[in-house]
Amino acid sequence: MKTRPFLALFVSPAALAALALVAALAAILQFAFRAFVPGSMEPGGLTLANFAALLRPLYADVFLQTVAICLMTALATLIVAYPLAYAIVRSRSIALKSFLLITALTPMFLGEVVRTYSWIIVLGNSGFINSILLAIGVVNRPVQLMFTTFGVVVALVHVTLPVMVIMLAAALSHVDLDYEKAATSLGAGPVRAFLTVTLPLSMPGIVAGVTTAFAWTFSAFATPQMIGGGRVPMVSTLIYQLGFSSFNFPFAAALSVTGLALTVAVLALAKAALAPLERLGAH
Amino acid sequence: MRRPLSHRLLGLAGRLAVALVVAFILLPAVVVTLSAFNDKAIMSFPPTGYSLRWFARAFSYKDFATGFRNGLIITAFASTLALLVGTGFAFALDRYSFRGKRTLEAILVSPLVIPHFTIGLGFLILAAQIQAARTFALVIATHVVLVLPFVMRSVYVSLRNLDARLEQAAASLGARPGRALVTVTLPLLLPGLVSGWLFAAILSFNEFTASLFVTAQATQTLPVAMYNYVREYADPTLAALSVVYIVVTATLLTIANRFLGLGKVLNVEHAR
Repeated sequence: MKTRPFLALFVSPAALAALALVAALAAILQFAFRAFVPGSMEPGGLTLANFAALLRPLYADVFLQTVAICLMTALATLIVAYPLAYAIVRSRSIALKSFLLITALTPMFLGEVVRTYSWIIVLGNSGFINSILLAIGVVNRPVQLMFTTFGVVVALVHVTLPVMVIMLAAALSHVDLDYEKAATSLGAGPVRAFLTVTLPLSMPGIVAGVTTAFAWTFSAFATPQMIGGGRVPMVSTLIYQLGFSSFNFPFAAALSVTGLALTVAVLALAKAALAPLERLGAH
Repeated sequence: MRRPLSHRLLGLAGRLAVALVVAFILLPAVVVTLSAFNDKAIMSFPPTGYSLRWFARAFSYKDFATGFRNGLIITAFASTLALLVGTGFAFALDRYSFRGKRTLEAILVSPLVIPHFTIGLGFLILAAQIQAARTFALVIATHVVLVLPFVMRSVYVSLRNLDARLEQAAASLGARPGRALVTVTLPLLLPGLVSGWLFAAILSFNEFTASLFVTAQATQTLPVAMYNYVREYADPTLAALSVVYIVVTATLLTIANRFLGLGKVLNVEHAR
């Protein structure tokens, strides 16, 4: 008896897609160990020079700065996203729930260019924030927000928010309301019930959200490129610059490989460090 | 029983926090809308007069028209292919156990955490190695890999919520597996399939970073054309185009929510 009808038909296209992805990643790995021949797209012989170059302070600094920006963004996004996720899950009005959900999700589907462009108009020297500050006389010269780390982080929080809200809301929706009621009936105030029951139970979502936010921020390109304008270099902008301005694809590949290894390491580390916390939320 | 004052203050603070977050999310959309109707060529705020000239320019700019057409071609192929591949795999994932199942799943969802520039660079190098220049096929293949996790997720959730007994009933009434699949399972899955396809289409159409790596002048998509425009001009044409984008995307999502229930698809409804 055939117990798995159409198995090959269902799985082989997916296997083909997976193969393409693995081949693409293997191509990067292979390029990372090849020498750069200036003026040619073809790489030279095998070498470790690309990885040695990564240790130069210029590039090491970009890596450190990128990690710092990713951490700041992930934590800020968590703080901003939590109340919204909570409201989406707990709101009793269906209309309000839908409004909040669509508001939270639309930015994700707009793509990075539209979102980042909007932030240029908000943060620019003659943009929204500076016009208001100048009009009410708080400052008499525009505050520099574009091309600063602050500006990049603000826009990145906006970019990362939807995915964080989804992950937090998914976790919060699985928190059994009875636990909270039990805590309240035993005399806990709402703050205490939240801090000792709901927050720990939503920990899996927090862990998933923060690590995904980190990965997404690391992956962001349009935002640091357009808001940072080259003055807030991140790994992504450096890779693009190396690939398309210097055509140094082997070095760009080495940076990508290192970046990917870093992402995997951070995800694994976060998972391990937060495992005891995550067990709190297991039920 | 009236709630104590401290509780009511707390509720008020919570509402205020949510309102502030919503304001933060909507701020750029509001600002970009206001500046899209600005009549001056310099991007400044607040607008001094109003005009529709930037909308006219956005719709007549040649690169945007080409990018839009390319985007439609790429999106149509990529999201449909991803739907076929993703639906089959989600079905196998839910119903069958087979060798390499977890490995294959892990590889296919990995684009969620692998930077798009890495995937774009990888496909670019791969295409160069197998002598396939920057063609539509390359862009489509890249997009399929990128949107597949979203389709898989959407279909998988619908499969989970499906009552398997309906299929068993069809089988016990004599329907062969193929017939049960087409007449029972697929119709029941339709909302999941439609929302999966819609997510994939929107994400593919708006994908930027990987596209920047794998597109050439002839295959340039709309977001890439928009990025190139910002680097050359500082007028509000892009603001006008952004407004069109925001309105279309929000409308599509509202429709999707109305008919398919985004909350269910994304698993954020309260489990009762």
